[in-house]
Amino acid sequence: MTGLVAQDLTAGYQDHRVIDHVSFAVEPGSVFGLIGPNGSGKTTLFRCMSGLLKPFAGSVRLGGEDIARIPKRRLARLAAFIPQIHSVAFPYTVEEYVLMGRYPHRGRTAAFTPQDREVVEETMTLLDIADVRDKRIQRLSGGEMQRVFLAGGLVQRPEILLMDEPTTHLDITHQVRLMTMLKDLSERSGLTVLVTLHDLNMAGLYCTSLALLHQGRIHAMGRPEEVLTRANIEQVYQVRSEVCPDPYLSKPHVYFLGEKD
Amino acid sequence: MKRTATILVLFAALVCTMALAVFLGGTALSAPEVAAALLHPGSHTTAGVVIWELRIPRIIRAVLVGSSLAGCGTVFQAVLRNPLAEPYTLGVSAGGALGATTAIVLGLSGLPMVALCFTGCLASICLVIAMSVFRDFTASTIILSGVVLSFLLSSVVMFIFSVASSRDVHASVLWLMGSLADTGAVPLPALGAALAFLLGMLFVFARDMNLISLGDEKAHLLGLGPGTLKAVLLGLASLVTGLCVAVSGIIGFVGLIIPHALRRLTGADHQWLVPASMLSGGIFLLACDTIAQTALRPYELPVGVITGMAGGVFFLAYLLKASPPEVF
Repeated sequence: MTGLVAQDLTAGYQDHRVIDHVSFAVEPGSVFGLIGPNGSGKTTLFRCMSGLLKPFAGSVRLGGEDIARIPKRRLARLAAFIPQIHSVAFPYTVEEYVLMGRYPHRGRTAAFTPQDREVVEETMTLLDIADVRDKRIQRLSGGEMQRVFLAGGLVQRPEILLMDEPTTHLDITHQVRLMTMLKDLSERSGLTVLVTLHDLNMAGLYCTSLALLHQGRIHAMGRPEEVLTRANIEQVYQVRSEVCPDPYLSKPHVYFLGEKD
Repeated sequence: MKRTATILVLFAALVCTMALAVFLGGTALSAPEVAAALLHPGSHTTAGVVIWELRIPRIIRAVLVGSSLAGCGTVFQAVLRNPLAEPYTLGVSAGGALGATTAIVLGLSGLPMVALCFTGCLASICLVIAMSVFRDFTASTIILSGVVLSFLLSSVVMFIFSVASSRDVHASVLWLMGSLADTGAVPLPALGAALAFLLGMLFVFARDMNLISLGDEKAHLLGLGPGTLKAVLLGLASLVTGLCVAVSGIIGFVGLIIPHALRRLTGADHQWLVPASMLSGGIFLLACDTIAQTALRPYELPVGVITGMAGGVFFLAYLLKASPPEVF
């Protein structure tokens, strides 16, 4: 099991800083949620964590190694990055798309092995997309598409999974199904998951720990009940709320009461 | 399995088209005359000379140029993530046109003209890459830089037209329309070897094209930064396009419609799409060139007229038939 650590990260674009001295550690085998309002730096931080954006200062460490020094192809076998649902310009089939996740294991020209096919088969079955394998991605519903994107990442057989707002555009059934699956994967196979979320209650329900981002800095971090408090939510989101423990699951549940006066 | 069959069928179709084209051409020859010339390669009959020195080299050139343009079109569409991109989107054609026009005005011909034209192509692609790197090197920046450069270079060509003699203008316009007739400037084996090598390189990058067509982030998966990958692929495809433009002028539509049409047949996976496009591009351009030579015999139409008409009809049919999501 491998963990992911952000060490004093400062990053942004050209000359303006978006995130400022951010540090946190994602425990191996846990589901870590990044939350925060629009423009708080979630996406920038996320791009740094996946190695897509070079930080101005600080480093991201994966199992103790600086990810800037890990060759990209090896990095792709260690960590999978699932972007937000986006339109795909070309008519790839589901199976073609998922198979692309095996490229880091085979490189540019090596033929796929039976093992590759097996991993693809297994993952498609796990995510319940084997039936639509020959469908074009454009024809899928949002829920199917999100599962196809996730499958493309899981067949990389990574130790770390990064997902950017996976529940956006999904109905409640698919949100619950997806988050349950992430939790299962982390508990059963020791997958380390870093996920950005907008829905605070989903975050509270499924994440092991949370970091609340505000204006490029970490405002609060810890277990869900430590982060999702009335005071934190009012300071960061400018929204009045009441937080009560969920009567069934003893997880914090946020009731929104209106904008701050 | 189905796609292997598609490739085999396309290959067979290419061979058939080539065989058919030997019997059809600008000079009217009867089938027995052609057969006799084919059976006696050394003979110095009219038919022998026409077949061995004009027709067969021209067939090979048409197949090479057609395959190259279609293959490059596939690459440009993948890298720019835009199914309407084509080999000339980045201004390679405008650069080539400026080079060729300049050469004609300066009284150059043969290899020096081809060299100047090729230099124009290379200079334009280097400029586009430089202009886009200056910004963020995203697909839209690259396309925009190409469009801007095309406009600029075309204006310069128009300026040259306005001050050049009418004879030079006529020669330039003829060149711009494209032709697969031999100018004798570049020996066919050299052209074939160069194109085969470069196209072979494109095959190697088929998986990269799959990833890059999904967005910059996916390029990380194969261990290349998206910037490097895009520059390598665009550079390779532009080299090929530049060579084609330098030897045969600006032949439009092949690089646009072939990848488009083939994507419906083989799907988007570039490991299949690239070879299928190349084969089909060869078939298509050879067929168009044969029609251009025979339709109004003894006059020869510019091949661009035929590819343009075929392209227009194709897109019209596409537009009328396909429901909106199918267009891309």
